[in-house]
Amino acid sequence: MGFWAINVDTMLFSVGLGLFFIWLFRKVAITATSGVPGNTQNFIETIIEFVDDNVKSIFHYKNEIVAPLALTIFVWIFLMNTMDLIPVDWLPFLAGEMGVHFLKVVPTTDVNATAGMALSVFALILYYSVKQKGLGGFMAELSFQPLGKWLLPFNLFLEVVGLVAKPVSLALRLFGNMYAGEMIFILIALLPFWAQWILSVPWAIFHILVITLQAFIFMVLTIVYLAMAHEDH
Amino acid sequence: MNINLTIIGQAIAFFLFVVFCMKYVWPPITGALAERKKKIAEGLDAADRATRDLHLAQEKATSNLRESKLEAAAIIEQANKRASQIVDEAKEQARVEADRVKLAAQAEIEQDANRAKEALRSQVAALVVAGAEKILEASIDEKAHAQLLDKLAAEL
Repeated sequence: MGFWAINVDTMLFSVGLGLFFIWLFRKVAITATSGVPGNTQNFIETIIEFVDDNVKSIFHYKNEIVAPLALTIFVWIFLMNTMDLIPVDWLPFLAGEMGVHFLKVVPTTDVNATAGMALSVFALILYYSVKQKGLGGFMAELSFQPLGKWLLPFNLFLEVVGLVAKPVSLALRLFGNMYAGEMIFILIALLPFWAQWILSVPWAIFHILVITLQAFIFMVLTIVYLAMAHEDH
Repeated sequence: MNINLTIIGQAIAFFLFVVFCMKYVWPPITGALAERKKKIAEGLDAADRATRDLHLAQEKATSNLRESKLEAAAIIEQANKRASQIVDEAKEQARVEADRVKLAAQAEIEQDANRAKEALRSQVAALVVAGAEKILEASIDEKAHAQLLDKLAAEL
């Protein structure tokens, strides 16, 4: 089907989880009180303060999109990764019963999902680089570092590779981690049913760490990249 | 791992979520957090102020108490002094009154005594004359013995 195909399962699960994130946080935002917070508000506030602390310690410029962006990335990726912990066969089996014979449950094991976010972040990096330094300033940054203007083509090559590596590494790191994790779950699922828990339980427990860590890394790197885009040399 | 249109779809969904989050999620919650922080700071401040006020009030109360104790002591002292003064005055008055009464009584007694003497004297004179008359009946010539009789009466 080539490029014009669309992975309905990835879109469905990612948008569904995104809507869940929006619904949950919006619900708290509507009833947010500065008095004694309820349980849900307390939980949401913990997440928000965690993200806010990270943003404030890394990103020292005035930009009101960065913190909500970081929050969205962290929570959304975390939710998408969490689908990994649902036993691998359940949802595809249900879908198979309903006549759908291929279902990818974890959106972040689809490189399109991770690359879509990474490209959006890349667009923001380019946008703020140009906005903060001007087109000339940005070009100068790409051309005259690190070896001075006499080695301009070499500098340009180096810097452009470095620039492009940012979204690529963002996308592939998340994709690779989640894909490998999912693959191991699938391999474990090939064992006889009475032996699976010996491997799947430790791997799932380890994966709780991995999914949180990957969401956190994506968020922190996004903040760092945007801070670098704002930085003047 | 084949790139297709999903990448665009993901980017659009991502963009929408971020915008929604930026507009409708982040500001109310961080606003509530900031407001709570302010409230807590104000509360702590008020507590500090209240503690300070309490200390001041306690100090004032102790100093008031001390002052009133001193005052009370002074009043009691004065009252005692006044009481003893009144007692002294009363004693003095009583003594004066007693003296006066005693004098009056003495004067009265003297007067009575004088009056009795006078009465006795006059009665004795009469008795003597009567007695003498009875003894001497005829022999006494009143005229001749008047001089003697007068002398007798004066002696009594």
